[in-house]
Amino acid sequence: MEHSEKAIEIIDLRLSYGVKEVIHGLTFDIYRHEIFGIIGPAQSGKTSLLRCLNRTIDFESSATVSGTIRVDGSDIRRTKDIYALRRKIGMVAPLPVGLPLSIYDNVAFAPRSSGLTKKADLDSIVERCLKQAALWEEVKDRLHTLGTALSGGQQQRLTIARALSHQPRILCLDEFSIAIDPVTTMRIEDVLKELRKEITIILVTNLTQQARRLADRTMFLWNGDCVELDSTEIIFSDRPANSKTYEYVNGIFG
Amino acid sequence: MNDMSESDRLPTLPKRSVVSMAGEKLLEFIIRLSGISAIVFVLAIFFFIFREAAPIFFSENFNLVKFLFNAEWYPTSVTNVRYGTLALTVGSISVTLLAMSIAVPFGLGSAVYISEFCSPRLKEALKIIIELLAAIPSVVWGFIGLTVMSRTIISLTGAPVGVNLLNGGLILALMSVPIIVSIAEDALKAVPDSYREAALALGATNWQVVYRVLLPSAKNGLLAAVLLGIGRSVGETMAVLMATGHAVQIPHGLLDSVRTLTANIAAELGEASASSDHYHVLFLTGVLLFILTFAVNLTADFVIRGIRRK
Amino acid sequence: MPMTNNLDPAQRFTKTEFVVRKERIQSITKVLFAVMAISMIIPLLLIIGYLFYHALPSLSWEFLVEVPKKGMRDGGIWPAFVGTLYLVVISLAIAAPVGVFAAVYLNEYAKDNWFNRIIHLAVINLAGVPSIVHALFGLGAFVYAAEFGYSILSAALTLAIMTLPVIIASTREALASVPMPFREACWNVGASRWQTIRAVVVPNSISGILTGIILQVSRAAGETAPVMFTGAVFYKAVERGELFPYQLNEQCMALSMHLYTVATQVPNVKESIPYATAVVLLCSVLLVNAGAIALRVWLRNHKKW
Repeated sequence: MEHSEKAIEIIDLRLSYGVKEVIHGLTFDIYRHEIFGIIGPAQSGKTSLLRCLNRTIDFESSATVSGTIRVDGSDIRRTKDIYALRRKIGMVAPLPVGLPLSIYDNVAFAPRSSGLTKKADLDSIVERCLKQAALWEEVKDRLHTLGTALSGGQQQRLTIARALSHQPRILCLDEFSIAIDPVTTMRIEDVLKELRKEITIILVTNLTQQARRLADRTMFLWNGDCVELDSTEIIFSDRPANSKTYEYVNGIFG
Repeated sequence: MNDMSESDRLPTLPKRSVVSMAGEKLLEFIIRLSGISAIVFVLAIFFFIFREAAPIFFSENFNLVKFLFNAEWYPTSVTNVRYGTLALTVGSISVTLLAMSIAVPFGLGSAVYISEFCSPRLKEALKIIIELLAAIPSVVWGFIGLTVMSRTIISLTGAPVGVNLLNGGLILALMSVPIIVSIAEDALKAVPDSYREAALALGATNWQVVYRVLLPSAKNGLLAAVLLGIGRSVGETMAVLMATGHAVQIPHGLLDSVRTLTANIAAELGEASASSDHYHVLFLTGVLLFILTFAVNLTADFVIRGIRRK
Repeated sequence: MPMTNNLDPAQRFTKTEFVVRKERIQSITKVLFAVMAISMIIPLLLIIGYLFYHALPSLSWEFLVEVPKKGMRDGGIWPAFVGTLYLVVISLAIAAPVGVFAAVYLNEYAKDNWFNRIIHLAVINLAGVPSIVHALFGLGAFVYAAEFGYSILSAALTLAIMTLPVIIASTREALASVPMPFREACWNVGASRWQTIRAVVVPNSISGILTGIILQVSRAAGETAPVMFTGAVFYKAVERGELFPYQLNEQCMALSMHLYTVATQVPNVKESIPYATAVVLLCSVLLVNAGAIALRVWLRNHKKW
């Protein structure tokens, strides 16, 4: 596996809400075309980290960020077009959020927001993304019914389709399997393995075994600090560099 | 159906057109402007009322201490003009107190009943009725005071006139109950259901839940409901104008006629010629009312926000 | 199913005196509160019935479309009814967009800082300003300072400022009822704030926004003091049933003020006329409100999530 190109470079990232610092200086890189797993217990700063990446943290008025994040080599804090940055990063939230629009409009929302209006183009994007998210077969006959009427698992795949609709270079999944059944989870995991050929995937999960199954490299984040970052095999081996990692991965704490 | 091959390229996303971006910026500018408008209007209200009131301070017939603490209001007297608003202030306060002493227990009681005791269907119906009650215009209330209420009072008490303090108080009570109910009901609704369930699981009756759990935890919201009811009563104009009679006097009993600060403006503004002392002094009464209700509303807001912080 | 235990479960416990007392208090308080709730409503129904009963002799279609005659002692209320329509439509045409935009600002754009807290306080205080103070403001600002004179325009502007804070509050509440994750989902795919608002927030709160505005229709129609000193007159000659009798810079009659006039200022009015005027005003207001409530209930049952 060639780990040459860096998709994301993070240097000394610190984040605090008010006076409380929740991320204490993270420095790491994420390479192109890898699945990068982030594991760690609740409240360890995983979701906040993702929100820093696409700068939706800006909406949190109490949050202050310092440090540097480079996506595809350019500093995201200096970017002129924040919307283009967000389109470059697909984001899937823990709980499935079908927008109260039709299934078609859910997926077409992002392309439309960026100014695409041609019906044929939109059609092809919707079809392609729903296929990529393994949802097409189930919904192709009812594209114009409400997205919120789908089941939880279907809505989560709809969310993934929507995250793919703006052709991101990086896809972030934040504990995507929290609200869906194991069968659907497995289907989505298969989808991710497919997608990996084309894009970089950041997989935040509190199911350690999911990271083990999917990730190329895994980072163990705890209370806003990186405890250990290494290839998944080492993290999940009998002898990771840090004993805490071993304890967490084997369910001794956390 | 033919599967899409890997080589199929997706249409690339375009950039948003300059026109649409500029339109969005313009719209956001208008939105921000509208947001600020509320401040502008509050300042404007104060400015314009004060501007019309200010000349009175240069009039030799005017004395601020007498304005506030003298009960003699003879604005059109030829020989000895006196602008004392004490009787009007006492009128406002007495009507409000009477109204609140009826409306607060009934309003809070109804709110508790609606929120905690009745079935969901009845609850829905009662809430709609209360909303409709709140919509009845004050001039209609005034008319009710002038007719139905006045006749009832005369026949029950044998008073010579039916439009008096009692009448105004009753009408204002009926008017403020819906406000108190709806805000108090909101406050009770804001208490998490888990509190109720925990208390019920310990074997408490509904009443014990209300008395020991809900009232303590919703007390700020209930206080705010009362304050806003007071604010509305003090500011009410047409209903008290029509229902309280017209005598400028400090009332000695429930059946005395009174006049309130608001009713006084409404009754005399039409007759006071612009830029006369009388006209300016009416605006000064307006300033007084503005400051008074400002204080009540501010307090209510702080009380409400007290709960949110917890 | 055979009973495995021959004791009725309810009899296994005997009620202590304490329990008996607490249950008695429970039933007493329940009845007491029910009486309180009912005692608010019953007298009111009686009063409305009384108004209707006395209004009956005058209530007819003719009463609505006829003009007042014999110095308001006879005839109908048409000019006042149309005048009120004018005032309501114009004032809401001004207040609704400003109010909705202001609410969008406060709910969707405003950060939690001192400046926006002041806006919030301003809205709350604007809502609490007594109507007579609005009247003074309208007189000082629009009639004199802006030189609109006593006119429909002055009165409608005064009403607009009076209804504005309530429209802001109800719109805000409607916007806030749209769950936050919807917005985050939109931002995540690179939609701007406004695109998010237009595509997701407003379409899903439009019912609440509309209800809030409609409720202000009835409030504007019922207000008396603010129009009395800014643009409404006792009498204005108008053709029977004429649809557009007024100009913006003219004064008009208003239903609420007409009720005040015939009830207190005109001697020897036929008794049923003020009652009928009150009933028409009351019914218009209640019908509009009932419509708004029905709309809200209907839309709530058709919610999309």
